[in-house]
Amino acid sequence: MSGVFSSTRAKISERTLRTDRWWLQPAITVAVLASFIVYATFRAFEAKNYFAEPLISPFYSPCLTARCPEGASLLGHPFGTIAIFGMAISPALLILIFPLGFRMTCYYYRKAYYRSFWQSPPACAVAEPHSTYTGETKAPLILQNGHRWFFFAGLVFNVILSIDAILAFRNAQGQWGHMSVGTLVLLTNATLLWLYSASCHTCRHTIGGRLKHFSKHPLRYKLWTWVSILNHKHANFAWISLFGVALADVYVRFVAAGSITNFYFF
Amino acid sequence: MSAIKKMVKLRIWRGDAKDGALQDVEVEANEGEVVLDIIHRVQATQMSDLAVRWNCKAGKCGSCSMEINGKPRLACMTRMNMFEEGETITVTPLRAFPVIRDLVTDVSFNYKKAMEIPAFEGPKDLKPGEYRMQQVDVERSQEFRKCIECFLCQDTCHVIRDHEENKKSFAGPRFFIRIAELDMHPLDTLRNRKQTAQTEHGLGMCNITKCCTEVCPEHIRITDNAIIPMKERVVDVKYDPIRWLGSKISKREGIV
Amino acid sequence: MSIVEKHKYDVVVIGAGGAGLRAAVEAREAGLRVAIICKSLFGKAHTVMAEGGVSASMGNVNSDDNWMVHFRDTMRGGKFLNHWRMAELHAKESPDRVWELETWGALFDRTAEGKISQRNFGGHQFPRLAHVGDRTGLELIRTMQQRIVAMQQKDARDHGDAESFIKVFAELTVTEILKESGKVAGTYGYWRENGNEVVFEAPAVILATGGIGKSFKVTSNSWEGTGDGHALAVKAGGRLKDMEFVQFHPTGMIWPPSVRGLLVTESVRGDGGVLTNSEGKRFMFNYIPAVFKEMYADNEAEGDRWYNDQANNRRPPELLPRDEVARAINSEVKAGRGSPHGGVFLDVSKRMPADVIKKKLPSMWHQFKELADVDITLTAMEVGPTCHYVMGGIEVEPDTAAAAGVPGLFAAGEVAGGMHGSNRLGGNSLSDLLVFGRRAGAGAAEYVKGNTGVSVSDATLKGASERLNAPFTGNGDENPYTLHAALQEVTNDLVGIIRTRTELEEAIVKLAELRARATKVKAAGGREFNPGFHLAHDLDNMLIVSECIARSALQREESRGGHTRDDFPKMDAKWRQVNSISTWDGTKVTVVTQKLPSMPKELFDLFDPHELEKYLTPEEMSAVEGGTK
Repeated sequence: MSGVFSSTRAKISERTLRTDRWWLQPAITVAVLASFIVYATFRAFEAKNYFAEPLISPFYSPCLTARCPEGASLLGHPFGTIAIFGMAISPALLILIFPLGFRMTCYYYRKAYYRSFWQSPPACAVAEPHSTYTGETKAPLILQNGHRWFFFAGLVFNVILSIDAILAFRNAQGQWGHMSVGTLVLLTNATLLWLYSASCHTCRHTIGGRLKHFSKHPLRYKLWTWVSILNHKHANFAWISLFGVALADVYVRFVAAGSITNFYFF
Repeated sequence: MSAIKKMVKLRIWRGDAKDGALQDVEVEANEGEVVLDIIHRVQATQMSDLAVRWNCKAGKCGSCSMEINGKPRLACMTRMNMFEEGETITVTPLRAFPVIRDLVTDVSFNYKKAMEIPAFEGPKDLKPGEYRMQQVDVERSQEFRKCIECFLCQDTCHVIRDHEENKKSFAGPRFFIRIAELDMHPLDTLRNRKQTAQTEHGLGMCNITKCCTEVCPEHIRITDNAIIPMKERVVDVKYDPIRWLGSKISKREGIV
Repeated sequence: MSIVEKHKYDVVVIGAGGAGLRAAVEAREAGLRVAIICKSLFGKAHTVMAEGGVSASMGNVNSDDNWMVHFRDTMRGGKFLNHWRMAELHAKESPDRVWELETWGALFDRTAEGKISQRNFGGHQFPRLAHVGDRTGLELIRTMQQRIVAMQQKDARDHGDAESFIKVFAELTVTEILKESGKVAGTYGYWRENGNEVVFEAPAVILATGGIGKSFKVTSNSWEGTGDGHALAVKAGGRLKDMEFVQFHPTGMIWPPSVRGLLVTESVRGDGGVLTNSEGKRFMFNYIPAVFKEMYADNEAEGDRWYNDQANNRRPPELLPRDEVARAINSEVKAGRGSPHGGVFLDVSKRMPADVIKKKLPSMWHQFKELADVDITLTAMEVGPTCHYVMGGIEVEPDTAAAAGVPGLFAAGEVAGGMHGSNRLGGNSLSDLLVFGRRAGAGAAEYVKGNTGVSVSDATLKGASERLNAPFTGNGDENPYTLHAALQEVTNDLVGIIRTRTELEEAIVKLAELRARATKVKAAGGREFNPGFHLAHDLDNMLIVSECIARSALQREESRGGHTRDDFPKMDAKWRQVNSISTWDGTKVTVVTQKLPSMPKELFDLFDPHELEKYLTPEEMSAVEGGTK
């Protein structure tokens, strides 16, 4: 017997004496993250209905293979057609690893999935089911230390998705000076992603946290204080931006499939 | 000045290292009281030998740490009016440490760990009175020095709460903030704190599930302000080839 | 005897608050082997409760400050009853004591130049208190705790064992100072965890046990403040000085009842908080005593201007010394102008924006919010006097902190007497414990050089063990909790802020009755962590201390500082010439007067003769002015 049931500890048979609904939070996390994963997987493999001039789904931008429709490929088709067993793979699969990696290694999501999926621990002062534990000291979890690389990759995507949002100030014929509901959707998505990145712990560290003397770097200190304020809300941005991406994709999909019309304000 | 009196139900764990059990007791409570008041009343009226550790009764010394309805808390900071009318309040000793008797546990683990953290090393060329530090440079460390050493963070941390065997290699949240405090101290000159945080004190064992932050009575943002920044500093010196290269070229401060 | 464990050290320090730890550091630096004994866990001592700051005339905020001004403020605050030499050493050495803390890792709040910031406090002419928000005491104790750990780490490197030179014995109660041939030979006590008995053999013992607050009903002190050191010293043949002077902090929380007594720091007033009565009036303007007339604002407008312009305005009377404010609140409540729960209002909410309050007084905001569910940024606090500090204590030799009458015994911090005279200024306790903690460590080290190799006889041990076990072995049936409550009623009702002859006489009779009952105390249950057993021993100490207070208060027929006699409401220069000295003969306390040591002329010269007139007799005045003193 280990942990709270070790021989030296107070003899209490319950794994927790908490009386509140401590299981609710991890249950919600599992439900929401699982739904997102199912939807994202389906969409990544679907490989259609992701572009409706001038809107592109964030799951498919940048679209880098030859399968991408004209106008969707901001950066051209550097990968040509990649095929596995004769099947051309979805352009989404090429790029999703980056935003996925950013979120997988994110300090907030780590907390969320370690608690809810891995039950380590399921909630504070609730005994976990595992008999051994080594944390993030061994492979594969030691790779969590690579969060900053995904952070920088995430910034590249933020730039691309921001350009997508700007390109959405055109109409379906490519003329500038128009704005639709789709513009707002992509703009909101890009903004939320920027907030998510800016509030990231690695961002906070890079911008100023790693300094020993703030007083010698007044500008970086100022930026650090701003990022610190955002960082306080990192968990919120993590969730909202996740919904943002999903909703942006849903919207583009409906428009591309012709289920709804992208309403233009002007 | 008449306070409203009522009866409350308590289940208190009584026993020692060999055996023990929860015992039910009913006791009077007055308006505005905290759990520690109720325990003192139990002591004075029904169980004169009930062991409980306490001291300042103002949330400043961190002595009366225990688990109330399963949550690590200070008994002096747990107001009775946060419980439902008629609710039975369960009080047990901390469950991450060996029990001595009743609500008192052996917290010597924490003092052993304190001994393992290298102390502050000030600049050799500055005499007392010559230290100059800017307020913005001391504020981060000051947050961690608010710690009252109640050890609730150590108690709730699953790394040692659920895995006795990790105690030898893991310093725990209280000492991660100590390491962060020193690493961020503007005049500390010891240069390998980041390395040893990982290699000696088990920073990598932490999976940042934030229970330490949740239970901290001083509201120190242990995870966001100490542990994660330290993890990032560890990445700087151990897992970031670019920074590593930079340190070889320019011998930058803090990278050893 | 149940399992006697024996240790041998050069010095035993009893108490791990600021004074004890500072003494231990000094003694270790002098090369001695030191045992630190404390009733609580290491780092929990009552020093953590000190909020405002540590006073030291570093002159970082106002460069006009120096030790002479600090000395003057201290003597003035103590109404000239202080031991001049202690006040002098304290004023001269406190800056060094603060600066050395920085080299051990302390992080005080800073000035714009990067120096240690200093704040205003009652009775101090200049901003003088080094501070860390309002948790300065915690910073002090943690710094010294970590300093001791650093020394232990070094000992581990140099000698292979971290505890080879300093060892902390936490949760251990000392019941007796042991003596052989008239000199200190060690201490006797028990582990709180299991009740097992422990003897320490050591030629020198330093008492740093803090205060006596738990003898009173409303107090800011924690359970540890049971006057152990005071009682240990008189039982060992030492003398207590000026025990009648007990400081009631004017602003303790009075609601809800569970936090009654808990302190509201003086910085609340230093930072702009004002005291009002039930009529909404700032009553302190009516209570400025003659001796302070020139230094305090006599109208609200000037008082308010002072917060921003201290050079051209006099400070508001809310910042009068603590005894004056406590008495003023007492008078307002007695006159029927009190708050609903029998205090007055202390308000910052109308004077500062919420975020400024939270920044300047974080622990206060925290304390009221979490303990009383009161948001001090929105509403006024209800406050009243609470027993806070005892100025009286063990009579010591100022330079070495050696206790009078007991070779080998030393005392520092609150348990020592003389430094603060009849009233202590805020901020002077943290500096006191640093200055005299260090001196006690050095004094003990010097003493040990010439006094080594003690051992305690079996007969001495047997007697100590019998007394220790009395609460178990006796056949009485008195409940220690009941007796403690009864004692607190007596001190509260009869030896409180305002005293009279008849009440004090009544108190002495009642204390004798309680003492008789206390011999029949019975501890229920076993030896393991038994709070009833612990209280039985504390109770004995509190009874002795309370009797010293009552008898000293009866003897002193005047009102001065922390001692107010309703039947002698004026300060009397004749009484300034004497200290009250309490001794214990095993059954009762005897109090006599003893002439105050005379202050050198150069120190008198630091004062304006007009000010001295208020304190000295005409004969003393002419001696001072004639230069013959």
